[in-house]
Amino acid sequence: MKTLFYTIKQAFIQFGRNRSMSVISIFAITCMLLILSLFFILFINVNSAAEAVKGDYNSIELFLKDDTSREDADAIIADMKQQDGVSDAYYKTREEAMAEFKERWGDNGYLLDSLQDNPLPNSVVIMIGDLEKADALAEHAEGYDGIEDIKYYKSTVDKLLRATQFIKISTIVLMIFLIIVSIIVVSNTIKLTVFNRAEEISIMKYVGATNWFIRGPFLVEGILIGLISAGISLGITYLVYDRIVDIIGDQVYHLLSMPMVPVGFLIYNFAWIFLALGVSIGSCGSIISMRKFLDA
Amino acid sequence: MIEFDHVTKRYKSNIGLDDVSVKINEGDFVFLVGPSGAGKSTFVKLILKELDADKGTIIVKGKNVTSMSAREVPKLRRNIGIVFQDFRLLPKKTVYENVAFAMEIIHKPRKTIKKQVPQALTMMGIADKAKKYPDELSAGEQQRVAIARAIVNRPKILIADEPTGNLDPDTAWEIMQLLNQINQLGTTIVMVTHAKDIVDKMEKRVIAIEKGRIVRDETGMYGYKEALEDAMGAFDTMPVKSRDTFRAGFRRGDRR
Repeated sequence: MKTLFYTIKQAFIQFGRNRSMSVISIFAITCMLLILSLFFILFINVNSAAEAVKGDYNSIELFLKDDTSREDADAIIADMKQQDGVSDAYYKTREEAMAEFKERWGDNGYLLDSLQDNPLPNSVVIMIGDLEKADALAEHAEGYDGIEDIKYYKSTVDKLLRATQFIKISTIVLMIFLIIVSIIVVSNTIKLTVFNRAEEISIMKYVGATNWFIRGPFLVEGILIGLISAGISLGITYLVYDRIVDIIGDQVYHLLSMPMVPVGFLIYNFAWIFLALGVSIGSCGSIISMRKFLDA
Repeated sequence: MIEFDHVTKRYKSNIGLDDVSVKINEGDFVFLVGPSGAGKSTFVKLILKELDADKGTIIVKGKNVTSMSAREVPKLRRNIGIVFQDFRLLPKKTVYENVAFAMEIIHKPRKTIKKQVPQALTMMGIADKAKKYPDELSAGEQQRVAIARAIVNRPKILIADEPTGNLDPDTAWEIMQLLNQINQLGTTIVMVTHAKDIVDKMEKRVIAIEKGRIVRDETGMYGYKEALEDAMGAFDTMPVKSRDTFRAGFRRGDRR
């Protein structure tokens, strides 16, 4: 208990004596965490978009020509139902399509009311049970007469998934890189304090203080730097993201018919990541900088 | 108390210690002498486990230091006091705090600290300097503080690394008296030194190390070998006849 008190007190004293270097470290680590948060934000939003679109992945929509009769459509449905990998096929009228469309637009759906004619075609919707067969089924469907167009999401989803994957990997690579740089920055700051106290440390060692007793205050100092940086970057991220959602959230919703990840959810998740990063960067930095001094 | 058994320590390019076996008993007062780079520091660092031996075993206070884990090293050092040539006092702490520091960092209770620090200061004759800072003291007084710090935890072994190196002869002799006193209270003392006059005057056990080997281990004087070599140097320039006479005389007088 006494030791804990001593450790924390020493850490604050060192932090204070080394103020300018501490501030520079905090600044550097905050910058890195902010860059990281930018990537996280991108990643989380693309990921949620991908998830949303994946729901459409298991359907193929065949848009019918205007002169295709309901009987012809039923024939197509009957034929498709017999294909391997189809779980269901049904007819969707243009009215139903319009209603769905309006629903997607949500509060702005009234804008569609001004349309004189319904521009949407009738269609046949094919639900796919086995995704592996999706390409073959789309190809088969192209053979029918009376089809205007095939709406097939696979390539879109594929692209999106690839983009997600790419962002995921680059986020991880960037994260590792930034963490290493942060650790170096912190360890250099702490090294300064250690140099200032090299004499004291050597005496402590000769008198028989344990390594952890000597290391303690420096460890706490590093963690302190990490935590302060995490707090600052979390705050900045919150303010900036909140503002971004405010400004472009609606447009994104209309464009992709998908909402941006809400700020509360984002910050809650970031808090854990940042705190963990801050603590580990701080402690790794201080342990590395002390290694040489505690060797013997 | 301290036992080296065929201990070898090599550095990248040169030898620190080469197959050294020696035993230092409880209550001994031992001088460790020899030219710079002979292996004296290696010897001391091996006792403190600042270095690991390449070969052989070292026993300190009944514990095998060679096989000791890093976690046990602090415990080992709590049984060994150490004094340096350059005192190594903390300039921002008072005399009292410097000495108390050695007890605080190994979690001694405050009551014990309040009792033992003044005792150590009194024993070193600097009780009246307790509130001064190191830079307000003379070199001799600073070394007394350093010794007080080394003995305040009542170690069984005291290692003094050239403790008189920065002191004038009179002050050095005072310090030697203090070390002698500590030794008489039962502490084993290992003192590394170059001070020939002090060694000669003290008439304690002298271990001479050269090129990593113990070349002499006996009670008596520092310069036995050097004196011999000096004499031999002068010897070669003498006429043959006087050489013989001289040799005979030297043989008689080389050991007192």
